[in-house]
Amino acid sequence: MIHLNTVSKRYDGAATFAVRDVSLTVADGELLVLLGGSGSGKTTTLKMINRLVEPTSGRIEVEGRDVASLAPVELRRRIGYVFQGIGLFPHMTVAQNVGITPRLLGWSRGDIRGRVDELLDMVGLPPGEFARRAPHELSGGQRQRVGFARALAARPSLMLMDEPLGALDPLTRDALQDGLRQIHEQLKLTIILVTHDMTEALLLGDRIGVMNEGRLLRVDSPERLLRDPRDDYVRRLMQTPKRHADRVEALAEGRGS
Amino acid sequence: MSDNLRQQLVELPNLLGHHIQLTLIALVAAIAISFPAALLCLRVPRVRGTVLAVVSVIQTVPSLALLALMAVAFGLFDQRAALIALTAYAILPILRNMVTGILGVDASVIEAARGVGMTPWQILRQVELPLAAPVIIAGIRTATVWVVGIATLSTPVGADSLGNYIFSGLQTTNTTRVVTGVVAAIVLALILDQLIRLLEHASERRSLRLGLTGVGGLLVVLIAGLAPLAIDLRDGPVRTQVAQTDQPRLERVTIGAKTFTEQFILARLLGQTLADAGYDIELKESLGSIIAFEQLAQDELQIYVDYTGTIWANQMDRTDSRDPTTVLFEMTAWLARTHGITCLGPLGFENAYALAMRAADAEALNLRTVSDLEPHAAGLTIGSDYEFFARPEWQAFLAAYGFTFAETSSFDSTLMYPAVAQGKVDVITAFTTDARIIEYDLALLQDPRRAFPPYDAVLLLSDSAAQDPLLVDTLRPLINAINVSLMRAANGRVDLEGRTPRDAAAWLRSRLPQPGE
Repeated sequence: MIHLNTVSKRYDGAATFAVRDVSLTVADGELLVLLGGSGSGKTTTLKMINRLVEPTSGRIEVEGRDVASLAPVELRRRIGYVFQGIGLFPHMTVAQNVGITPRLLGWSRGDIRGRVDELLDMVGLPPGEFARRAPHELSGGQRQRVGFARALAARPSLMLMDEPLGALDPLTRDALQDGLRQIHEQLKLTIILVTHDMTEALLLGDRIGVMNEGRLLRVDSPERLLRDPRDDYVRRLMQTPKRHADRVEALAEGRGS
Repeated sequence: MSDNLRQQLVELPNLLGHHIQLTLIALVAAIAISFPAALLCLRVPRVRGTVLAVVSVIQTVPSLALLALMAVAFGLFDQRAALIALTAYAILPILRNMVTGILGVDASVIEAARGVGMTPWQILRQVELPLAAPVIIAGIRTATVWVVGIATLSTPVGADSLGNYIFSGLQTTNTTRVVTGVVAAIVLALILDQLIRLLEHASERRSLRLGLTGVGGLLVVLIAGLAPLAIDLRDGPVRTQVAQTDQPRLERVTIGAKTFTEQFILARLLGQTLADAGYDIELKESLGSIIAFEQLAQDELQIYVDYTGTIWANQMDRTDSRDPTTVLFEMTAWLARTHGITCLGPLGFENAYALAMRAADAEALNLRTVSDLEPHAAGLTIGSDYEFFARPEWQAFLAAYGFTFAETSSFDSTLMYPAVAQGKVDVITAFTTDARIIEYDLALLQDPRRAFPPYDAVLLLSDSAAQDPLLVDTLRPLINAINVSLMRAANGRVDLEGRTPRDAAAWLRSRLPQPGE
């Protein structure tokens, strides 16, 4: 279980908060989406959980322990992390990238190898073909699969994902969204995923947390957010997929926009 | 192959070895200094600007000046001075490329490294350094080419290098010798450049095979280059006790020479004489006056020829001018008392500074002495070697005669004679033993006020050399054996006829009274 209690982040004494008084609880095995525009504070919130960013105030607990009391490096090795830039190490092979956290944790070579093969199979990249490739020899979708596998390597129970599918073409994105749900259910992972894409949030999230200007406006299931937005910003946001769908439908029927 | 070239190539293994040794040590030291400095620049961004500015400023100091400065500032008159200067030069490209290379690593990769749980040190070692490696190696490559080039300038501060060829070759107008040194330095720079380029490619393509080829190539060059030195590790004088006589005996003698032809010839004359007596000889050439003197005082040189007036004015800080016997006597006592240097005696000729001008001009203006110049001096220009206008003799001259010239210009001493002959300057400070005085039809002006002290050539021995009776006995026949016309003729064989100093030394030796005659 992840618990955030009135967490705020302010940079260098600036007057405005990047994140302001965010409180949030994420249950084990849940996939929570943090949704918001750029500058809404969603990525900062995510990074405070594995201490890539230190909160200015408030308290964050992971599995009942205050993260401020844990060594950042140890904490990060226990939490899977995927982000927008993917950030594969260009000087390492696919297998070396996937095996990096186990290696930092001191696993044996055999264990790392077995785990890497298992994960590459799981994300649909047969190890015989892909293990020894360099990142620049992969397509964007394949690279992101390697990013997933790397985040999963040390068998974390929690995964943080920052716009993991942001830079991909629609078909690849669609395939990976399915894959992500499957992995989530299969491994019973707790996932916090940050996105600015409303459709992605609706399709993936067990619950969605909507953020704007550093504040967490609402956290609820997609159905309830659609039916009862309560907040004006949330309402407008929730209407975008519907509006897009209407326009697409109109185009298909030849009515123009 | 010409005989001249063959003579040059004999010295190649030793000089190339010293050159590679200088280059290698300077580069290793520069890398060792740059690495922590780069880390400091990266971890503490506030100091980055300052550190990079300081190393950039070092770079703007002319190389020869920096080398000389090291010698003077630290009182080091040998390889160490050259090493400090070369290291200081090599730091900039290496440090700058380390910093820019690491700062240039993609931020998303660094964030990923933090995200997977690497410590800052692990990020540096496993991510930043490997990714910045091509840029870092490119910096080392730039530094290597620079250092190979600049190391040729370490000859005047007393470090052997391929510059020995260039400096002494220029002085003795031996083009083959100059070209040998230049070509050797270029070839060395090109080979090292290409081998390091291989490492750069290896790090870009992450090719182990390419990397090993590069490293292997570098090792071959280094081992081959340094091998002649390893055979020759005994540095400096080695004393052994000869059982019967129980007297100290040097096995190996280092002979110094300053930067002009006469010095090159005399050093070889001494060398050939001692070699016949069974000594191992090493020559150190193209030394500045002060450096040769300091090295003798420190017993890093055992013998060289200097001139009484030079010691009198530059070392003893005397501005008065005395007669030759007094100067010789006082100098000998002063050298023994203050530096433990023994003056074995005069060689028999004087190589003085004397004002010289075109004989036709001197005749037309009816000039015989320096005093006669006074009414014309405001319209005349004077040329001299690099040292003269900074030497006390020039001040003494100005004080004694109370006039100066329209303009002063400094030349390489070799170029000074053609300059006056062709009318580029009107008066030069000639050396009285120079054969070119006759060749270019120059007239020497007398010095009635004795502004210049006497410059009798004297044989100076270091402490260890003076205690070796065989060495002293071997050299004693040279005392008062060379008169000025003989020395001038020997100089002319090099400066006018293009022979090597070794040939001139052998010729000079054949003209000396043989022992037992």
